[in-house]
Amino acid sequence: MNWESSPVQFWRISDNFRTGHQIHFMQSSGSTKTIKVLETGHTRCRLNDNTLFISGSLKVDDAGDFSRAALRALRTLKLPQLTVNLEELDDIDSAGVTALLYLQRKIADRIPRIEFEGANKNVKNKIELFGSDTHIEEKPAREFEITEAVGGSTYSFVTSYLYGFIVLAADVLYWAVADLFKTKTTREGDFVRQSVHIGVNAAFIIIIMSFAIGFVMAVQSSQYLREFGADIFIVDLIVIAVMSQMGPLIAGVLVAGRSGSSIAAEIATMRVTAEIDALKTMGLDPVRYVVVPKLYASLFTIPLLIILSNVAGITGGASAAYYSLDISPEIFISRMDAIMQNKDLVTAFIKSQVYAVIIVLTGSFYGFRVEKGAEGVGRVTTQSVVVSISLVILADSLMAVIFY
Amino acid sequence: MEKVIEVEGLYAKYDDRDVLCDVCFSALKGEITVILGGSGSGKTTILRHLLGLLPVTRGQVWVLGKEISSLPEKEMEEMYHQMGVFYQNGALLTSMTVAENVAMPLVHQSNLPRQLIDDIVIMKLGLVNLKEAYGLYPSQLSGGMLKRVALARAIAMDPPLLFCDEPGAGLDPLSLKSLDNLILNLRDQLGISIVLVTHEISSILRVADRVVFLNKGQVAFEGPLKEALSSDIPEVREFFSVTESVGNMPPGGHGR
Ligand SMILES: Nc1ncnc2c1ncn2[C@@H]1O[C@H](COP(=O)(O)OP(=O)(O)OP(=O)(O)O)[C@@H](O)[C@H]1O
Ligand SMILES: [Mg+2]
Repeated sequence: MNWESSPVQFWRISDNFRTGHQIHFMQSSGSTKTIKVLETGHTRCRLNDNTLFISGSLKVDDAGDFSRAALRALRTLKLPQLTVNLEELDDIDSAGVTALLYLQRKIADRIPRIEFEGANKNVKNKIELFGSDTHIEEKPAREFEITEAVGGSTYSFVTSYLYGFIVLAADVLYWAVADLFKTKTTREGDFVRQSVHIGVNAAFIIIIMSFAIGFVMAVQSSQYLREFGADIFIVDLIVIAVMSQMGPLIAGVLVAGRSGSSIAAEIATMRVTAEIDALKTMGLDPVRYVVVPKLYASLFTIPLLIILSNVAGITGGASAAYYSLDISPEIFISRMDAIMQNKDLVTAFIKSQVYAVIIVLTGSFYGFRVEKGAEGVGRVTTQSVVVSISLVILADSLMAVIFY
Repeated sequence: MEKVIEVEGLYAKYDDRDVLCDVCFSALKGEITVILGGSGSGKTTILRHLLGLLPVTRGQVWVLGKEISSLPEKEMEEMYHQMGVFYQNGALLTSMTVAENVAMPLVHQSNLPRQLIDDIVIMKLGLVNLKEAYGLYPSQLSGGMLKRVALARAIAMDPPLLFCDEPGAGLDPLSLKSLDNLILNLRDQLGISIVLVTHEISSILRVADRVVFLNKGQVAFEGPLKEALSSDIPEVREFFSVTESVGNMPPGGHGR
């Protein structure tokens, strides 16, 4: 049978399977018989009557394109039986076997009987080895939490670490920009998971702390303000103090303590248990895979936490003003309207982004620095907390100077 | 026969402590090369050099015909497509389910559709007899189960070159035997070349083609299993005679 001279429906898939798969259609239909020819990378197939001939090799690099293209080609076919001829197939691997079985399953409703024939010994062996049932009932699984530890220690930072820190920072920021719209380099749903981990769990404690501090600040100053008869200025005092300093700082410090330590602990543990090595040998860049999603999540959640912190702090101050100076919420709010500045919001946002970068970079820097064992994990975690809280406070002071 | 790995004059130290000293050996294509030696003799350190995870400071290491230390990052990544690695303690990612762990190399190194990846994952878990662990997290598995999942991940891509660091440690004898059979199958059916670090004498006798015996950071013996069994190097003799005195596996008759 000279199949090349028959009218041919031709599918061709570009060899460059990594940069997308374009499918070009070239069709020349004519008389009685149609033979479909399909080429993907190293795999070639042709469909002749009820027989699908597969030749070349069918391995992991081609199996994906093969299964997509073959499904397309067989989409409209309705037959009592299909024979898959493997005589010319030189080699196959587990992905190839799975692709064949997958195809079989997908077309089973239209083509109930599928037979494989003519496989050489090598191919046959592999089909036997890998051809076990690929079905399973799934059980839903639970999510897990990472515990964290906080400790105290002072540490000299500037000298020996600066170089490593800069290298890491460059790496992280490069990938953070480069991967902004790519999803395949990270894990599905990682952004949401990380955001929840960093944000939602910290929200509660931030609200309580800011409220308490706002409240205490107002109570303590109310006494003096009353002496001068300047009651109403309590609003100015609270709003300015909270919006420009306390709110962002409390959120930053708490996130640095909470998430900074957990980032350091997580990465250090991954290093000690060779998970980082495993990522590398699976062709993944650990910085890109582990750190960048955390940075995205922090950049996104910390501004929200600062807003929460501001609202809680002002609410705390307002309640104190109400109890100790009889300033009603209405008066408080109208006065607040007059003194709020857009500039405060902008600086708060800039602060949040700076804090996010500091916290993630410090945590991962110390995480990657871990030496051996569980003890090392504890040590770098402690160091990371101390350093990232100090850096957050330093950055805050620096920005206070710059923005005023 | 073609060499998949060749190490020449490799030295290594951690801090100031010498760990490897003039290590030379090679592994052949399609064979199972067992690296054995006492705890702390530097086996994992050798593997880490072979994988390019530790820089080669002195000596040379060729893997699949390429000199590892001078390989640009891009080519090293290509190289990783050809290798599967089983790390000593599994090194599964704890934040992911078993299935996601096994799927990882497939997701990141191939362009297979999701559905097909799921099928492959289930098949590989079937090969190590652990389909029921599909949706579990690593922290919910026993030590032996973790090892088997890690093996499933290592062979997810059918890599031509497989490194296993003590996959058998802590397995019960039956699981150990099926692990050995799986390893033999990988060699025979897929032609995978395997570098295996193990202490289990029964495994060594069952699967090894070639043995590299490490003693205090130096290669005390390198050659086919048969020769190792009849070697008169004291450390090697001692190692194999331990089993003889246990008596369940007279080593002489078990060379492959
Ligand atoms: N990260 C490290 N830092 C310092 N020393 C290390 C490190 N890793 C290994 N060593 C030392 O190197 C030597 C060899 O370690 P290696 O892990 O290669 O041994 P091994 O042969 O794999 O042992 P085992 O059979 O117990 O796994 C040991 O003395 C160990 O103390
Ligand atoms: Mg080891």
